[in-house]
Amino acid sequence: MPLELKSKVPAGPLPEKWDRHRFDMKLVNPANKRKYTVIVVGSGLAGGAAAATLSELGYNVRCYCYQDSPRRAHSIAAQGGINAAKNYQNDGDSIQRLFYDTIKGGDFRAREGNVYRLAQISVNIIDQCVAQGVPFAREYGGLLANRSFGGAQVSRTFYARGQTGQQLLLGAYQALEKEIDRGGVLMFPRAEMLDLIVVNGRARGIVVRDEVTGTIEPHLADAVVLATGGYGNVFYLSTNAKGCNATAIWRAYKRGAAFANPCFTQIHPTCIPVAGDYQSKLTLMSESLRNDGRVWVPARKEDCGKAPGDVAEADRDYFLERKYPSFGNLSPRDIASRAAKEVCDEGRGVGPGGRGVYLDFADAIRRAGEDRIRERYGNLFEMYQRITDENPYHVPMRIYPAVHYTMGGLWVDYNLMSNIPGLHVAGEANFSDHGANRLGASALMQGLADGYFVLPNTLGDYLASNKLEPVATDAPEVVAAVADVATRTARLLGVKGTRTVASFHRELGKIMWEYCGMARSAEGLRTALELIPKLRAEFWRDVMVPGEGTELNQTLEHAGRVADFLELGELMCRDALHREESCGGHFRLEHQTPDGEARRDDDRFAYVAAWEYAGNDAPAVLSKEPLVYENIKLSQRSYK
Amino acid sequence: MNLTLKVWRQRGPTADGGLQEYQATDISPEMSFLEMLDTVNERLIAKGEVPIAFDHDCREGICGSCGMMIDGVAHGPMKGTATCQLHMRSFKDGDTVVIEPWRARAFPVIKDLVVDRGALDRIIGAGGYVSVSTGGAKDGNIIPVPKSDADWAMDAAACIGCGACVAACPNGSASLFTSAKLSHLGLLPQGQPERYRRALKMVAQMDIESFGGCTLYGECQEACPKDISIDFISRMNRDFLYAAVTTSADSGAGGDGG
Repeated sequence: MPLELKSKVPAGPLPEKWDRHRFDMKLVNPANKRKYTVIVVGSGLAGGAAAATLSELGYNVRCYCYQDSPRRAHSIAAQGGINAAKNYQNDGDSIQRLFYDTIKGGDFRAREGNVYRLAQISVNIIDQCVAQGVPFAREYGGLLANRSFGGAQVSRTFYARGQTGQQLLLGAYQALEKEIDRGGVLMFPRAEMLDLIVVNGRARGIVVRDEVTGTIEPHLADAVVLATGGYGNVFYLSTNAKGCNATAIWRAYKRGAAFANPCFTQIHPTCIPVAGDYQSKLTLMSESLRNDGRVWVPARKEDCGKAPGDVAEADRDYFLERKYPSFGNLSPRDIASRAAKEVCDEGRGVGPGGRGVYLDFADAIRRAGEDRIRERYGNLFEMYQRITDENPYHVPMRIYPAVHYTMGGLWVDYNLMSNIPGLHVAGEANFSDHGANRLGASALMQGLADGYFVLPNTLGDYLASNKLEPVATDAPEVVAAVADVATRTARLLGVKGTRTVASFHRELGKIMWEYCGMARSAEGLRTALELIPKLRAEFWRDVMVPGEGTELNQTLEHAGRVADFLELGELMCRDALHREESCGGHFRLEHQTPDGEARRDDDRFAYVAAWEYAGNDAPAVLSKEPLVYENIKLSQRSYK
Repeated sequence: MNLTLKVWRQRGPTADGGLQEYQATDISPEMSFLEMLDTVNERLIAKGEVPIAFDHDCREGICGSCGMMIDGVAHGPMKGTATCQLHMRSFKDGDTVVIEPWRARAFPVIKDLVVDRGALDRIIGAGGYVSVSTGGAKDGNIIPVPKSDADWAMDAAACIGCGACVAACPNGSASLFTSAKLSHLGLLPQGQPERYRRALKMVAQMDIESFGGCTLYGECQEACPKDISIDFISRMNRDFLYAAVTTSADSGAGGDGG
């Protein structure tokens, strides 16, 4: 039976919703906060900020991360910046404009109420981070500097060189360490959540494997927050860190949490192309580079083998500037990625295998000088040179799209609570704010909005509104969840087959990239839906996981994650097959305009697709949350 | 290309360890160092053997997870480069490469090349922050920060916490790491109220964690994948001395801002 999904977006005019809601929410008395325990899984921008802030408020917090330190969460790798509607540049920005750009950028598949709140909170985030000592870039007058980013015509992105994510994360991490030192947060590094504990229909804890000792134990609490990031690694090759995984949200899904819009994945246009079969991950080159870099390929196939300098200006096709004159090289990610794929499909790609386009800084260097460019992007240029052994000050970079972010995630209401009471989901792990495509510099904004400002309010309301009886560690639900994890772990170790975990992961990635990547078709998706279950069956029959469960065993960790990806990949394809329209990052070949742009079908698909687990052998059940637009008019998205 | 690896294998924290030899054959010069290890590991797994454990995550030189002594040099032969961004083109066919974990008293080995760097987190916890709670911050542009100060603070804040400085130091000192955080915050107006108290507490924590003292060998700066300057250690020493003669960490009073 389909779920009843209540968004719980408060009534009233958009600008007043969040304020009113904050007033209407119940509060926990300061003296009572210490009686509550909250589990936060993940220590990135969303999880780290939430854990620190909840502890500052007085709750007992337990925070978990799979890395050896909370400072290593993958938020750290975000390069370009964070958006905020400060309008410091006096260029016409406003909360309303950031709201509109984000909704439009998401191709009208996100909730108005959530996105407006995000735009409102964006300004508080910058203030908070400055107060923490985040070393944002400054102008000579000492004020905060801004740069432009894709999908916007105002300059609203704050940054710290090419390491904005690092600096924001270190801000949250330092706040977290402050609270750990004070005793408000108990930190569990090298700990992986392997199941959710649901008692009487409420999320009351998690099952955790200590990665060093292999001990599997239940950890109980009054509420659980998952801030465990996205699932881009289902594609094997992505810009995500090697350890990024879907296990926490997938196990929650299998305990009843709805998974929303799983097929909405973002392919980022500017990554370093794949070099060989041994490739273990892809490296992003920040979108901010498109402020000064011009994207082109040779106009004629015959010129593709030439050195870029030997292709005359007149023989170059600056295809983004040509197709999208008003946004040009700063077109949104989904559009820029598809355009790059298109020219490569035409045989005009450059570099090994013809899977690359140029990102050329020659004009910018002539205009602004090499020093200015070095100041803006120096570390990115160095990173590029280190990987490719080519000097981008002298030859254009070669770039190609790569999987970068997942807009889909666990379904949450306006309070960031899933359909399992007590289970909250924040940051990339939820589906909430980016619709079918995320704009650049908006992930950091959402992670910190959720962690610093939304959850600390809404979680209190949940705790104050519900009577939560203590749960015993020997309660049947707890014992059963721990036993499930132990059985599964033993099963992974017990197969002792012939194929490595990585070989399965690579094969799954190829299927996903081929059939559920930048261009999807009903035929291709059906093929994938046949291939994935076969691969999954082979995995459980023939995977090789050496070593023991009672020690640090990185192969075992990887195996568990890949086992979950092998299930999630299927759900993604099912979702992509059912959504008979193109929108944002989801491009169905059958649904395009005559000039090859995405064609939405608002009459049939203006909803959130939330999938519910129905058992290992039954297809997931689809529920729909209609998207209601009261304040903006849906339009064909145009960046021309 | 083909290489011979001599890799430190150690089953667990209390087990004895030793160098074990592996052949890394058919290695492409375009591979990263970690991709070379992946290749060796996949071949071990296919034979049912336990692969070499090493920490790694982002593989773009920013998370600070990876790090190993490569021929006795932290992060290997390429300056300003973390292990994950080191490529095999830095090696020659036929080379023998010795790979060991970080060696420092404060970083006990967990397994093979994986060490426990929790001490660095505790140094941050001792004072490496500005004591502001979420909410109530004033507009970000209220306090102008001279661009040169912001840039300098950013130079220090670029530290990725990998621990190479400790591993490279003959004394096993964490001075470069600690001084980078002290300088990042100490160079910004937001960090001034706690500047001296912070110096006292973080330096005290370094001692508690059994890191060695700094005698300005300068090896840390050479090993740092982010080229963090040893000048920050001088700043730390200045702040620490000032703080030591004017206040104590326990009083929490802090300095008068100099």
